[in-house]
Order: sequence, then C-alpha cells, then structure tokens
Amino acid sequence: MTKHTAGQRIVIEPVTRVEGHGKVTILLDEHRKVKHARLHIVEFRGFERFIQGRPFWEVPVLVQRLCGICPVSHHLAAAKAMDRIVGGEKLTPTAEKVRRLMHYGQFFQSHALHFFHLVSPDLLFGFDADPAIRNVIGVAKKFPELAVQGVMMRKYGQEIIRITAGKKIHGTGAVPGGVNKNVSIEERDFLRKDLDQMVAWSRAALKLCKDYTVEHLEELAPFGSFDSNHLALVREDGAMDLYHGNLRAIDAAGKKIFDQVDYQNYAEYIAEEVRPWSYMKFPFIKSLGPAKGWYRVGPLARVNVCDCIDTPEAEAARKEFMAVTKGAPNNISMAYHWTRMIELLHSIEKIKELLHDPDLQGEDLVVKGARRSETVGLIEAPRGTLFHHYKVDDNDQVVMANLIVSTTNNNEPMNRAVTKVAEDHLSGVTITEGLLNRIEVAIRAYDPCLSCATHALGAMPLVVELRAHTGELVDRRVQA
Amino acid sequence: MNDRFAFTIDGVEVQGRPGQTIMQAADEAGIYIPRLCSHKELAPHGSCRVCTVLVNGRPQTACTQPAGPGIIVENSSEALLAIRCNLIEMLFIEGNHFCMFCEKSGNCELQALAYRFGIMAPKYPYLFPTRELDASHPDIFIDRNRCILCGRCVRASRDLDGKNVFQFVGRGPRKRIAVNAKTALADTDAARADKAVSACPVGAILRKRVGYGIPIGQRMYDAAPIGSDIEAARAHPHK
Ligand code: SF4
Ligand code: NI
Repeated sequence: MTKHTAGQRIVIEPVTRVEGHGKVTILLDEHRKVKHARLHIVEFRGFERFIQGRPFWEVPVLVQRLCGICPVSHHLAAAKAMDRIVGGEKLTPTAEKVRRLMHYGQFFQSHALHFFHLVSPDLLFGFDADPAIRNVIGVAKKFPELAVQGVMMRKYGQEIIRITAGKKIHGTGAVPGGVNKNVSIEERDFLRKDLDQMVAWSRAALKLCKDYTVEHLEELAPFGSFDSNHLALVREDGAMDLYHGNLRAIDAAGKKIFDQVDYQNYAEYIAEEVRPWSYMKFPFIKSLGPAKGWYRVGPLARVNVCDCIDTPEAEAARKEFMAVTKGAPNNISMAYHWTRMIELLHSIEKIKELLHDPDLQGEDLVVKGARRSETVGLIEAPRGTLFHHYKVDDNDQVVMANLIVSTTNNNEPMNRAVTKVAEDHLSGVTITEGLLNRIEVAIRAYDPCLSCATHALGAMPLVVELRAHTGELVDRRVQA
Repeated sequence: MNDRFAFTIDGVEVQGRPGQTIMQAADEAGIYIPRLCSHKELAPHGSCRVCTVLVNGRPQTACTQPAGPGIIVENSSEALLAIRCNLIEMLFIEGNHFCMFCEKSGNCELQALAYRFGIMAPKYPYLFPTRELDASHPDIFIDRNRCILCGRCVRASRDLDGKNVFQFVGRGPRKRIAVNAKTALADTDAARADKAVSACPVGAILRKRVGYGIPIGQRMYDAAPIGSDIEAARAHPHK
C-alpha cells in the first residue's frame, strides 16, 4: 500500500532557495579610465524579520536555512549565542569537543570543495584558459586523482557533520547549552579509518597551492591586491582559534587596532555602513571610520592576525607563509588560497586530535545557568568571522536579530579587488574574455557565499557591465 | 464466549468484536489504516478523513465506522491512496510547515505520513497563511502555523486533563484553535504535563525549551515509517 522508500528522506520545503549571482559594474570617468567597480550580491535579507517571535531554542536549526554551503557555521554561531540565553556558555568538555569536531568537519569540507572544485581549475589551466575547460570537469579529465581527492575529502567532512549533527545538511547537534549527542566508539572508529589519508591529501593540497603561489608570486602579488586591515578571533594566547576566542584587528602593517575584545561588545568596535547601491552592508572598525576602517576576514586575515597555530604542521606552514612577507601581514588577494590550505591542514590535525580524545564519548551534554536576554554568538566560519546577535524576551521569543555574515565582512575588500583588476586589465571599452576571467578569479579568492546552488555546481554566474560616466552602458558580458 | 465475527480488509480475513470500529479491529489484526485526528486515548472525531476506507464500496472514516460481520473493507486501493495523499498535501499547503527546522521533525505524524506516502512536494501552491503564536505560557508554546485542526488538544484537555483549555473558533478558512481565556494561554490552567500538549500530532503545541533534545536517528519515525508498530503485530501474530 505504501510507497515508502527505505532510507530516502524527502524534504517538504516551501521556501524558495536563496538565489544568488554576482554582478559587477565598472564605472568609467570622463577620460574612460576606471573610476570604480562594484560587486552587487543579491543577499537574502528577509531573515532578521522572519526570525521575529520564533522561540530561541529553534534558532540554531532555523538559521541553517540562511545558507546551503555554510549551514553548520550558522548553526554553531546561533548555538553559541543561545548558550548564553540559558546561561550555559561554559560547555561541558564533551559538548565543546563535539561542536568543535563538527566545526572542523565543516571547515574541512568547505575548504576542500572550494579548492578542488573552484580554484584548482584556475591554477592548473591558468586564468586565461577557456572556461569550457577551466572547470571541475576539466580537472576530472586531466587530473583524475585530484578530482577524486576533492570528492573524498568533501565526503569525509560531511561524514563528520552527519555524525555530530545527525544529518549532512540541516542537522540538530548543537542545542542551547550543549549538544544532543556524543560521538560513539563506533562512530569515532569509522572516522579514524580514513584519517591518515585525509592528512596526506591535505598536505599535498597545501603544497600544490604553496608551490603555485611561490612560483607565480610576481604575477600574483599585484593581482587584485590592496592594503587592508584584518580581523579575526584569536585565543587568549594569540593562537588561531576557529571556534572561539576574542576579537583582534590589525592594520596592513601588522599594528594592532584592538585586541582581546570580548565579542559581546562587538557593537562598540564594529559598525555597518549602508550604501544606496547595495543591499549588502559595509562593516567597518568604528575608531577608524568607514573610509579607513573596512577590513578583511577569512583565511588570509586569520593567518595574518594570529600569533601562532596550535597544531604542528599548520604552524610550520604558517611560518613558511609569513616568511614570504618577512613576518608582516600579507595583503595579496591570491594568498587567500594558500592560507585556506593551511587551515585545511589545521582542521584535519584538529580532527585527528579530537578523534583521539575520550571526552568525545562523555555523557555530560548540556549545562544551564542564569538566564540572559541579550546575546552575541561569534565564530570563525570558513569564509570569515560570522556575527549573530539576538535579544530574547521573557516569553522565550526572539525580538531582535542582527547578523553580519562572513561575505558581508569582505564586501569592501571584494569591491577593491574587482576595482584593482579592472584598473589593471581593462583596456579600451570592451570587456574581454580575459578581463571577465580575471574578475572571476579575484572574487573567487574571497570564496564569497553568493549562492549555495551555483557554488555547489562549481560555477558562479557572473555578469560584468561597463558604464560610461554618463551612466550609459558601454559593454556587457556574461560568464555562465 | 464467541461473539467474534469475520470481515475482510483488502481481501484479508480479519476478526472483529462488537463495539469495535474498523480501525480498532484493523489495529488488532496488524493492518495499518493511516490517520491523523484519531488518537488511541481519545474519542473518535472523524474530521481529518485520512482514514477513509471503502466499506462495501462506500467511503467511510475507519475511526468512527463500526466493524460488522462480513463487511468488505478496502484500505489500500490506488484511489484511496490518492485521496489520502491529497488530504495530506492540503494540510501542508494550508499551514506553514517547515519540516527542515521544525522541532517536531522526526516525531511529527503529518510529516511521517508524507514520508510514508512518498510525497515529495505538494502539487498545489502554498497558501502561506498568517497565523498567530502564543508564547505567553511559561512552559508551553503554541505555533498555529502548524496546526492542522485535528482537535486532539480539545478532546484531550476536556476528556483526559479535565480542563477545557482549548476550543475551536471561527469557521471555514478562519477556523483556528483558541484558548479558553480572555487573552492567552498563560491565563488558562494549562500545565506542562497536560495530555493536551502531548496529544498534538504536529509541532503546534510544544513543551518549551526541550526542542531538538533527541538526536536525529533516535526520533520516533527515524527508523521505521509511521504505522510500522501496528504492522509489526501482523508480522508476529500473538494468537
Ligand atoms: S493544536 Fe495540535 S492537537 Fe490541537 S487542533 Fe491543532 S494540530 Fe490538533
Ligand atoms: Ni554561506
């Protein structure tokens, strides 16, 4: 009588997926020189309103709808916020470690996906290669082992998410004050099986990225590059910490703008500027103002900002990376890839550490304490610092939500990168294929979360428009 | 004493006893008839129509229709399946059911029925109604977005809790579940342990602050589809 298909889960989900595509407009001045370039991202903004009135314990699961690529980051940022609502921010060792495992699993799969599916075609075939070849299918044909590695690494990260959150996407693992499950011996052993292979592949991916960057440094250094501030969470001892820490910001030369700032007070340090042409806001460091206070987040910023990394191989890799700029912050846009791979290795080192920690099998999962009504949850998501800020009333309902997502933090930097590429590579008034490719490559360095669907397919639809100072459309080109 | 009588469901001979509904006899025989408004501890209501069967060729709700000697019941024809799928789909589009983040997911009877019937996406457009929340009670949360008007809470509160906390108000598309108080649930004598709360088949009446506590994989309908418990009795008849 029934048509139940074993194991196959259906989703009844009436809300259309967050749509996204990138649109770039390049504006020329009277002398037909590039005045500025703007990246327009269609961002899903209804969320803050949608969440009004929802019960606070629902939020960590609900926010995963924000993004199909980094749902785990939103899940954990919201859970960290809601920990404070129930007075449970001092998690049990088991809860914190299960969450960290989930988080590093997300990093691992996100960075692996980005590198193998989106970046490796640019590096292996060159920026100017025909987009028909310069894609993940092209990689699969010419470098089959590499494509397989990418798939397997992504799958490994997803298995970690499945085990810690219950499902590969839209899991429920983190609850206010803790987690709803630990990691069993069987689950741990299942993940341990492929561990060494994952470490080995991560090393190889890092090497590929590093060698490429070093070899092409002259060409890459100016590519879409500019000086900027950098922002990230760091541990109390200044070490990189992707799950928890305090805020540190440095300028382009490495001078600290602020350090060890409790992120509950982020609003005293960070503000968001609204510009009429963009739905996406422009965050900046208050003390420097909007013109000078914008900053970069994500792998490059994190490696620049931290004093060290607490896993040996990633720390050695960090030192090598910092040696390129003689210890000063690296402001090269294309260096994002190298740092992303340092974090890939760091994540798998952390995963290995956790999979050998008996606390993962602990039974003490949730803590609660004195109730609060306002809370901020911050986390370093794969794409950068992610802010979740909420107010919850006495009836347990959310009455205010403000989110600053990683891609928004990198809004101004991405605009700068595109502008720089346009300045350097636009000749005349036509958008050449080479320019289009280069704009795409520059944006990709920042791994923006434009659209989950397009990201997953490995292509970002990109529209570039060239406008004269009069506003008249001079040229238009689309990369599908 | 042999007052048992025989009838058939989909050609299978089933024993019934006087006073039993078709659904009760089917349950005993290990035959699952899908249902929503019906609940073991509550008087039958016959409102959701998901348990519609053909009795001697005529549609009846199995939760209210008495079993009788020699009746011929059809429970799993293509046509009945289509009717049930339609009813379930209508319930989805009439409310705001976001299984993806609903804390009742995995324990929700509506979702479980959709899974059992293999409903991928409703063929009708969603209505996206505006429905009210009631978070006033310290321990209970009402989310009318997910209410399917099954009336279980009304019956459970009245008949099991002896309280009369819930009632229906309005008619037609404006019909909704209300509380017997001037303003909100906080002004009733509803309590966390009330059967009216646990009787809700969907995520419309919830105990506060416990959502998502059970990990995915261990929830009610994670391992086997809804109705499997009843069908298990047929696989291992206890004669
Ligand atoms: S609140 Fe729940 S039990 Fe009450 S009528 Fe609605 S769905 Fe049925
Ligand atoms: Ni995202």
